[in-house]
Amino acid sequence: MSQALELSVLGVGLVGPGLPSWDEAQPVLRGEAPYVPAPSLVPPPQRLPTAERRRAGAAVKIALSVADAACSDSGRDPSNLATVFTSSSGDGANCHALCETLAHPPGPDRLVSPTRFTNSVHNAAAGYWHIAVGSHHASTSVCAYDDSFAAGLIAALVQLPGLAAPVLLVASDTPYPEPLHATRPLPDTMGVGLVLAGAGAPGARARLRARLLPVAEAGAATPCHDAALEALRVRIPAARALPLLEAIARRRPARVVLPGSPQLALAIELEFAP
Amino acid sequence: MIPLPITDATLTTALGVGLPAHLQALQAQRCGLRPCDFEDVDLPGWIGRVDGLEEVVLPEQLRAYDCRNNRLAWLALQQDGFLAAVQAARARWGAHRVAVLLGTSTSGILETEHAYRRRDTGGALPPDFRYANTHSTASLARFVAEALAITGPSWVVSTACSSSAKVFGDAQRLVEAGWVDAAVVGGVDSLCLTTLYGFHSLQLFAADICRPWDAQRAGVSLGEGAAFALLQREPAAGQSPLAQLLGVGESSDAHHMSAPHPEGALAAAAMRQALAGAGLAPAQIDYINLHGTGTPSNDAAEDQAVQSVFGRELPCSSTKGATGHTLGAAGGVEAVISMLALRHGLMPGGLNVRERDPALGIHYLQANRTQPLRHVLTNSFGFGGSNASLVLGAA
Repeated sequence: MSQALELSVLGVGLVGPGLPSWDEAQPVLRGEAPYVPAPSLVPPPQRLPTAERRRAGAAVKIALSVADAACSDSGRDPSNLATVFTSSSGDGANCHALCETLAHPPGPDRLVSPTRFTNSVHNAAAGYWHIAVGSHHASTSVCAYDDSFAAGLIAALVQLPGLAAPVLLVASDTPYPEPLHATRPLPDTMGVGLVLAGAGAPGARARLRARLLPVAEAGAATPCHDAALEALRVRIPAARALPLLEAIARRRPARVVLPGSPQLALAIELEFAP
Repeated sequence: MIPLPITDATLTTALGVGLPAHLQALQAQRCGLRPCDFEDVDLPGWIGRVDGLEEVVLPEQLRAYDCRNNRLAWLALQQDGFLAAVQAARARWGAHRVAVLLGTSTSGILETEHAYRRRDTGGALPPDFRYANTHSTASLARFVAEALAITGPSWVVSTACSSSAKVFGDAQRLVEAGWVDAAVVGGVDSLCLTTLYGFHSLQLFAADICRPWDAQRAGVSLGEGAAFALLQREPAAGQSPLAQLLGVGESSDAHHMSAPHPEGALAAAAMRQALAGAGLAPAQIDYINLHGTGTPSNDAAEDQAVQSVFGRELPCSSTKGATGHTLGAAGGVEAVISMLALRHGLMPGGLNVRERDPALGIHYLQANRTQPLRHVLTNSFGFGGSNASLVLGAA
């Protein structure tokens, strides 16, 4: 049994299929409005300088979009925030283009573009974000395949005790084009941003107590209330956040179990100020 | 922060397999680099290649993970009694109370590069291609956790060339939060076309051998390597740890995706943060293992950053002239080299310097120096402006 870490959720950002923004998604997450399937629409990243905006791919755009939305929702200045970015894959289209080029025989056709190479690093989104907002704080970029959201959340919340400022957590995934898509079929782009702070932070949308437990103690992973959202949850790693977002949107005390690995889970109790 | 004992470690690079091979190579100032002979790569340059990876065979139950990167991880895990040490830690703390936190930049992408050459007429990848076990950035941590039968929190940090320094920070925070009692940390990166052609495209993969702090330095020699360390809340009774993790500093340049801040201001901030965590003054550091990639701009920025924190007297060197730049493994590789430095009182001289760059001001060691060391700082800086510094102390 691990001890509980207490934290506050200060702001939320969300873009996913049929979930155009946190504001528009909340009635759906509360079960008050039907889920209407629609492809993800990622707004252009306003914060990026022109040169970087031109170079940024889909994976960077979704991450920056929900990062920005979460910071706005929290009312916090993003230049003061440390960040944790988590993605199961990075930029799929960019990866495909690099692999196609490198499949050529040695010679001029195999030479890759420097921008493509720079964008291939898993921390590309983090790099662009810190440039865009001028944050000199620590940043990490993690990957745990389907468990990437929980890994990012754990990495973020163990930072909170040592930090005076909140941490921005950004989980995002973009699909691969074929032929990689057939081996890793992510149906659409999705991103979740959370501004997290320690216990008792003012302006909290929700107060959380998180424990890391063996699956046998934590119980089964919490499904989404809505069947269509549940279908997203099992197909997109960033959508593993949806049960937590449903609980935040519903503003009622709840217990949410997020799978952290086949053997480990995060058990989270949510409370709300009256 | 509370000092965290590093009870065990192991290292495999172009210098050899295991800690004794590395100690001997460093003592002899041996260079592990050779002209690029990787597959059919037609680029001029030098590489730090680990011999024999082509012959490594994973055990049957782990065979699905087979790729160059996981073979390198497997080879490294067999050395220096590391498997037995992890087994003891697992028995002591419980499998779910041990974390696996590893850095890599390209994981098993080489498998995907090969698979793209074997696409069928419809463009599909061959049926034996296994995305999750090889290509996925997370593959390394999954493979190692499974190989070690560890069920605690597990992820890959992939922040380019700072990746496997930053995992030490994650481990320290997880232990301090009381969520684990031990962690296997480190990094593994292996040669692939993506990085060879990628660094070539940025004109950072030099035709000449890597020469950190040389006036004519022209860029990196790419290497591959695997480093692992076992951190435990406290050593077992009667066990003397290899070293202590005393401080971790992390910062972001917020300057440019593939070039460092020219004055290294945020690299200096990471070093200061690591010192503060360790509760040490700059004068208490005995040696710095530099990031020292051998590119003109990186060495210049790091030189300024080190001077701004430590002045010009502190002995420093880069070991990338010996190992090559092992990218996502570099932080772990150089942390373990720093542990060897502490253990054996060895400050390894930097290799391949013909003419010291007169524009650089720090005390860059070219010859080995032997003296007892108490505290060593090691730097790792990556694309995206990701900076990490570790302070390690003698046991």
